[in-house]
Amino acid sequence: MSGGAGAGAGVVSLHVDWTRCRGRGLCTELFAERLERDEWGYPVARAGAPGDRAGGDPGDPGVRAGNPGDPGTPGAGTRDVPVRPHERAAAADAVAMCPLQALRLVER
Amino acid sequence: MDTALWVIGRGFGVTAVLLLTLTVLLGIVTRRGRPLPGLPRFAVQLVHRDVALAATVFVAVHVGSLLLDTEAELRLLDTVVPFVGAYRWFWLGLGTLAVDLLVVLVVTALLRRVIGPRAFRAVHWAAYAMWPIALAHAVGTGTDGTSAWFLVLAGVCTAAVVGAVVWRCTARVTEFRSAKLEVVR
Amino acid sequence: MTLTHPRTVVPPTGTRRLLAAPGPARTDHEDTFGPLPQLGPWLVDELGRAGVDGRGGAGFPLARKLAAVTVRGRRRGRGAPLVVANAAEGEPASRKDAVLLERAPHLVLDGIVVAAAAIGASEAVLATSDRLAGPVRRALAERADRGTDRGGDPVPISLRVLPHASFVSGEASALASAVAGGRGVPEDRVVRLAERGPSGRPTLVSNVETLAQAALVVRFGAAWARGVGSPSAPGTRLVTVSDVTDPTTAVVLETAGGAPLGELLRASRLPVTDPAHTRAVLVGGWGGTWLPAAALDASFDPEGLARWGAAPGAGVLAVLDDRTCPIAVTARLATALAGASAGRCGPCVNGLPRIADVVGDLASGRAAGDLAGEVRRVAALVDGRGACHHPDGVARMVRSALDVFHDDVQAHLGGRCLLRRGGAW
Repeated sequence: MSGGAGAGAGVVSLHVDWTRCRGRGLCTELFAERLERDEWGYPVARAGAPGDRAGGDPGDPGVRAGNPGDPGTPGAGTRDVPVRPHERAAAADAVAMCPLQALRLVER
Repeated sequence: MDTALWVIGRGFGVTAVLLLTLTVLLGIVTRRGRPLPGLPRFAVQLVHRDVALAATVFVAVHVGSLLLDTEAELRLLDTVVPFVGAYRWFWLGLGTLAVDLLVVLVVTALLRRVIGPRAFRAVHWAAYAMWPIALAHAVGTGTDGTSAWFLVLAGVCTAAVVGAVVWRCTARVTEFRSAKLEVVR
Repeated sequence: MTLTHPRTVVPPTGTRRLLAAPGPARTDHEDTFGPLPQLGPWLVDELGRAGVDGRGGAGFPLARKLAAVTVRGRRRGRGAPLVVANAAEGEPASRKDAVLLERAPHLVLDGIVVAAAAIGASEAVLATSDRLAGPVRRALAERADRGTDRGGDPVPISLRVLPHASFVSGEASALASAVAGGRGVPEDRVVRLAERGPSGRPTLVSNVETLAQAALVVRFGAAWARGVGSPSAPGTRLVTVSDVTDPTTAVVLETAGGAPLGELLRASRLPVTDPAHTRAVLVGGWGGTWLPAAALDASFDPEGLARWGAAPGAGVLAVLDDRTCPIAVTARLATALAGASAGRCGPCVNGLPRIADVVGDLASGRAAGDLAGEVRRVAALVDGRGACHHPDGVARMVRSALDVFHDDVQAHLGGRCLLRRGGAW
């Protein structure tokens, strides 16, 4: 994760509640530097951005094979988009403007 | 003084009808997730909100000036409880009803992060009731209500809203080739 | 620190542990395993030392999960924790939970009591499908009949029959939702279940086999538990071996952790596991990882499988022999998995059918462009983008299929199938 300001500051990520998201795309306008729309209209981290595969490493308990089981480790296997400090405002705008309240800033 | 208040009341009332119509149209465009020329999606939503708030202000001035106008015989009670007024109680009552609905819409919209998207969405459907009631009130109560120019104006507003609703319901014209998901519940 | 309470029975030797009792009756259970000891604060540590890992698919250590729920506080009344025993078994290729409930329901119920004691739960629910309700009801009735000298179970255990046991109904948030009276579909969990579930209480969701393992460990100790198995998979585990084209052939085995894959296949005695003809094994579940025949000497534990990019998952081994086209099988699985989506999340609802279609095109030999590349592209789009890990599993399965069946993929792209010797379609 790129340069944090203070040591010990948690990583702030943009979390999508996929059960609410309908791909309306406002977030991809407001946070265009990190988000774009996939072919169905849903937000996805821009390719090449650091951490666009946040988590999702096969060693993580959350991405084990088998039943869709308890994720275990928070964030493992999810695509929360890391937000750098200077992007915080834009991410917050996206969170505020989502018509379905499908976005949240989380700190891990 | 009274004449001036009466004129202000009418003027702000007519403008409020226009602004509410614009609000509904922008709300429909917002719902379909479409941009407008020069307005990205988030801007459409912001303008919808701004016009809604402007409309509310105009409605407030419309009601306020008529309260102050002694000839209008409008009591404070009449602004909240519908159908208890003296002058044209039915058409006035529709206006009161529209104001009540508008207040609910605005308050729930401002508090939507608190009440959650489902509750917000459910209440917001009331906008489709508020607008025709407000328009009916304007035609029925307003001094200019049945005059030709206002009827033309009302007709144009109605055509615009009906057209927008039809457009909204033709879901075939989706932005992306996407499977239809269930409604946000 | 070894257990100091006296044992009344000899602990099971060998690898027959969960399935050691001759029958499901309470008398069989008590003759074989003896009574539950007095439970206390020691038990979470003991479970940690024994290395009891989740058997529901994620393999998360039970002791850590218990500790996470306990930390949220032991509050009385409405806020007291809830135990949900997961016997939904939505994975089509898995039958181990069904077998466990049919053969050793009391071990599962004991495990629920253990978990409840560990977290200070005031209530427990066993959630399962219609089919398994009978054995559970019988076992619960046997415990209720016990009389006051035994005091019954310290925590009330109720049975919750899931109205439609679908593939995703066993997912933790879906199950917790169903138990709390909700829709029973995966939810976006901001707050972890351990902290606050849909019922407002800290919720522990645990697979029934995990709980049964806990019931054994508190009786016989961590040292006994580690007496068989491997360091990364101590003790025993249940495994379901089946023909990947026909889940009804499933056979459930209890094995020591770390047994070689090939040995497990042979022990099942299924025709499809004939070593001369075994082509590949889908490990973990239908959303798991394909392994080639060369991997059959790998040990069935997290360490041995990690070298092949796989994990034990729900203990599923679905075997493919050389008589069936692997691409066709992958296409069928992808289609089934796409149909199993709960339909809540955009990337899953749109991406999984697309993957299934493209793999289907690849299977039929209607080679149109870089189909393998398209599969990988869409798999990368759906992976991790959903409220649950269903799309992740599909991505994993198809990616591993493209790797393991590389030659078949190339042949299909050229309009041939390796199974039809000597020609194109």
